[in-house]
Amino acid sequence: MSAVATVTNLTKRYRGVTALDGVSFALTENRIHGLLGRNGAGKTTLMQILTAQNFATSGEVSVFGEHPYENEQVLSRISFIKESQTYPSSLRVTHVLRAARLVYPNWDEEYAQRLVDVFQLPGGRNVRKLSRGMLSALGIVVGLASRAPLTFFDEPYLGLDAVARQLFYDHLLADYTEHPRTIVLSTHLIDEVSDLIEHVLLIDQGRLLLDIEAEALRGQVVTVSGPVAAVDEFTRTGTELHRASLGGTARATVRGDFGPAAHDRARSLGLGLEPSSLQDIVVRLTTSNNGHAAGAGSATANKEAAR
Amino acid sequence: MEDGRPIFLQIAELLENSILDGTLAEESQVPSTNELAAFHRINPATAAKGVNKLVDDGTLYKKRGIGMFVSPGARAKLRSRRRDEFARQYVRPLLTEARKLGIEPAELKKMIDTWEEGR
Repeated sequence: MSAVATVTNLTKRYRGVTALDGVSFALTENRIHGLLGRNGAGKTTLMQILTAQNFATSGEVSVFGEHPYENEQVLSRISFIKESQTYPSSLRVTHVLRAARLVYPNWDEEYAQRLVDVFQLPGGRNVRKLSRGMLSALGIVVGLASRAPLTFFDEPYLGLDAVARQLFYDHLLADYTEHPRTIVLSTHLIDEVSDLIEHVLLIDQGRLLLDIEAEALRGQVVTVSGPVAAVDEFTRTGTELHRASLGGTARATVRGDFGPAAHDRARSLGLGLEPSSLQDIVVRLTTSNNGHAAGAGSATANKEAAR
Repeated sequence: MEDGRPIFLQIAELLENSILDGTLAEESQVPSTNELAAFHRINPATAAKGVNKLVDDGTLYKKRGIGMFVSPGARAKLRSRRRDEFARQYVRPLLTEARKLGIEPAELKKMIDTWEEGR
């Protein structure tokens, strides 16, 4: 597996604010990456720097082995669909698609037309007159039909209803299967995409918290509940992320290596065990200010008890 | 797919279940990884990992250029493996819960007989 893009020790400071803080990772060719994190975590800044729309304060960026700035070779192979794409006011939907055809070498016109039908986009309408959801759908059509070897979707679903979002996921998956390419999907709707993404990048306050295969993460975080002593016994094998107590009963979320043996152990301790979803894991890891609440079991418990 | 467990394991189990209940007969062709990915709405690489797990343990075999097929004898092998897991997965929690409620093993056996008769 080769890397399509790498960033090394990337830092971005705006006046007084550190948006990215020494971030390093690689995007593996032909994978769907989930770029996750809270609002303001630095996701968009990161994508802007990778697509030459923003400058890093320090650190290295390499895309297709080259520096992306004003590099036509690199930029023609990138598609970046932004949350709030603005178009010149006089353009109609058909004009946007025609422009995209000129920009992207891999553009599939027939596929674009099919997607226009799927999302019921009015071709003749001025882009200024499109609803929020239609504007998002137009971005999705461009992002998919461009078939760019490196495609970024930054929260592409604003204003889209659940049906249209599912259409997007299904088309993304089908087209990716037929035409494998590197995709970065930045989203808050983690539950909706957790089965689609192969690799997870989690950013919190400008720092990279997770750079891991989604399958490796599944089952790594569990929540056990039961008598306090038994919970204490169980959590000793992992890193406690969160705890709530009620009388003699406790519920703790733990990160560790939890295979079937751990399930047996929980059962023999008389504990209930529930695996955490990707969304739960992300919430747990990014809720506390210091990221990992490792070893702070009792402090967290006190905080919880005070609520 | 259910949360918290690797999806490739779930895909492998689903295929095993189909082999066990006869939906997928021995020597019949298994859905392609792309079909599995589209149907379950999962990443195709993950679907492939699930299928490959079954190829590695001999449950499935590959016919070059055609696809994956159920190995002869796969059903019997799966059945014996699942029987071994049965005690751990079902009998042990049953006994744990029974003990908690003060149900003696003899009483438990009687319960099983009663339920089996009433089926």
